[in-house]
Amino acid sequence: MNKQAELIRQVSGVEPLKCMKCGKCSASCPSYEEMDIKPHQFVSYVQNEDIEALVASKSLYKCLSCFACIERCPRGVKPGALIDAARQVVVRQRGQQYLSADEIPALLDDEMPQQLLMSAFRKYRR
Amino acid sequence: MTYSYYPGCTLRTKARDLDKYARACAEALGFTLEELPDWQCCGGVYPLGTDEIASKLPSVRALDAAKQKGQDLVAVCSACYHVLKRVNDDMANVEDIQTRANNYMGLEDPYKGETKVLHFLEVLRDRVGFDELKKKVVAPLTGRKIGAYYGCLLLRPGKVMGFDDPEDPKILEDFIRALGAEPVVYPYRNECCGGYISLKEKALAGSMCDKIMDSAGGFGADCLVTACPLCKYNLNQSGKLPVVYFTELLAEALGVKEVAL
Repeated sequence: MNKQAELIRQVSGVEPLKCMKCGKCSASCPSYEEMDIKPHQFVSYVQNEDIEALVASKSLYKCLSCFACIERCPRGVKPGALIDAARQVVVRQRGQQYLSADEIPALLDDEMPQQLLMSAFRKYRR
Repeated sequence: MTYSYYPGCTLRTKARDLDKYARACAEALGFTLEELPDWQCCGGVYPLGTDEIASKLPSVRALDAAKQKGQDLVAVCSACYHVLKRVNDDMANVEDIQTRANNYMGLEDPYKGETKVLHFLEVLRDRVGFDELKKKVVAPLTGRKIGAYYGCLLLRPGKVMGFDDPEDPKILEDFIRALGAEPVVYPYRNECCGGYISLKEKALAGSMCDKIMDSAGGFGADCLVTACPLCKYNLNQSGKLPVVYFTELLAEALGVKEVAL
């Protein structure tokens, strides 16, 4: 098996072969319109080990971790955990982080909660 | 009754009011929130990766500290509650995470998910009781039409969170009713506000919050109530309706709002 596909499976703990392609995850996703690879397609890409397209996908940074797809999946596949794992496989590599500390000052405003910065750092870099 | 209390980073900074109202209301209702010493930030998001151990340890430390005191652990912030509860579930049910986290921690008595994690709203519902709460209201919020905004973190995944029905929750509506106001049920109440996406993509979070606000406003809500500082921040960027913390409404109804801050 492709090494990155194996890693994504391991980190996510997801068995993509359980998917029965009902599309409920994509139907539930609030970021659906923004995604180039949709949540249900994500599962197929991992099944098919088409990892190059996955790790280059902007969908990695559109997922909001709202867990709607995980809640509604009738097969317990957890598409959101798969997207999260694919993103981690990318951001754990040197120079592949999606957020740099240097960007922060320009993004700050007086009302911004610490929770937002903390969450974004956890999601976008290692 | 005394509970261990985990305020979290934001309740010490931008959401001080959420914290102070919670403490004052607890006293008014006859229970105490005893802040854990030396708690560490939960990280804001639950680390989904099965191999992420270090980022789960702050939660394990807090959970174990509550266990040592023999107390249930209460959180007010939706994100802290979410992270603590999910890590606790891992420590109880995922052998690999339990083993590796305990190896890091080096505790004499390994932690295995013994602590009960409660959201402040669950304390109101399950320990105080909404009927009792209603009796303690001195300034009922009569005539106010309030939309409950649940968002994601309190509810999903429902099997782990066990907070309420993830698709049709009612705890906040019951809470609003107990305070004498009228809950407004609207379809977007458990949709996502955009969460952390608002750091780099304000417009995307903005469009999601507009939908929530339009939905609530369309059903007649005057304001929205939330437990989450990030939801409040994102919704405020849209600004179509005022957004208040649930503890502020509670403090107002219990007549402790002025003394709390």
